[in-house]
Amino acid sequence: MAKLTISAERCKSCKYCISVCPTKSLSLSGKLNAAGYDYVTVDHEKCTQCGTCYLVCPDNVFEVVEE
Amino acid sequence: MAVLRKTPEMVSIPNSFCPGCGHGILNRLIAEVIEENGYEKKTILTLGVGCSCNMNGSWKGDKIQTAHGRGASTAMGVKVARPDLLSIAYQGDGDAYVIGLAETINAAYRNENITVFVVNNNNFGMTGGQMSWTTMPDQKTTTSVHGRDTNWTGMPIKVPEMIATMPNVAYVARGSVQSPKEIRKLRKYVKNAIEAQLNNEGYSLVEVLAPCPTNWGMPVDKALAWMDQEVSSYYTLGELKERKGE
Repeated sequence: MAKLTISAERCKSCKYCISVCPTKSLSLSGKLNAAGYDYVTVDHEKCTQCGTCYLVCPDNVFEVVEE
Repeated sequence: MAVLRKTPEMVSIPNSFCPGCGHGILNRLIAEVIEENGYEKKTILTLGVGCSCNMNGSWKGDKIQTAHGRGASTAMGVKVARPDLLSIAYQGDGDAYVIGLAETINAAYRNENITVFVVNNNNFGMTGGQMSWTTMPDQKTTTSVHGRDTNWTGMPIKVPEMIATMPNVAYVARGSVQSPKEIRKLRKYVKNAIEAQLNNEGYSLVEVLAPCPTNWGMPVDKALAWMDQEVSSYYTLGELKERKGE
């Protein structure tokens, strides 16, 4: 079973991933990481682990891994 | 359908590019192709001056910080000294097409067996967003505050088109990070450019259109839309010179 993981501390809140997520699973968390950015979070119920967020992220926040 | 994705080791250190900057995406694509070919310990990047300098802190592979504009000529030197290594020049448009235009053209003219990646974000990013030779008509920058007047400054330069006319060069393409679809195409261009060198086919160049939200003064979604509507209409995307036999 695959799962999307998020390295919240790497996120710079650019929202490129949110704008292209085909299942609208991503959103800003409303919390700040150590660098002061409102980092992205995922709704695992909606996510299909398609990897589009991995593809567009300039900061390597996402990985799709085997659970 | 789930597709497993792992960040390449060569870009595992967090980068210091601005939020939404296109460099990070290209860094990862290059790292993926290098690692696929097993060249992570046999590659030297020659970094231009500009935002590329950020990679001194985050690119985990071997690299040389070159003098301004001299990425391609330093990559030529690397290849002469160590023909067994993958020699890649990584530069921005201000570095490769303005300050270092002579070196960029000369490496192509000599058909040196190197690979050159140029990130074109239509301005001098590192120094605060001044007009460069790739700045779009009417684009506002800190040195063209009313928009670029092309009657006075000329039209934006198209170096890949120029280099694609040279008879011997192996591969020339222009890609973009403006959408998932274009990033997938760009990955193929990066792969072709690197494999052309590994097969001793000669010089390869990939220009990459990238957003610079900080200096363009736009959020990422607007920057990507502007690239889609304006920048990639002028800077046509695709392969300008295909590899022989491909």
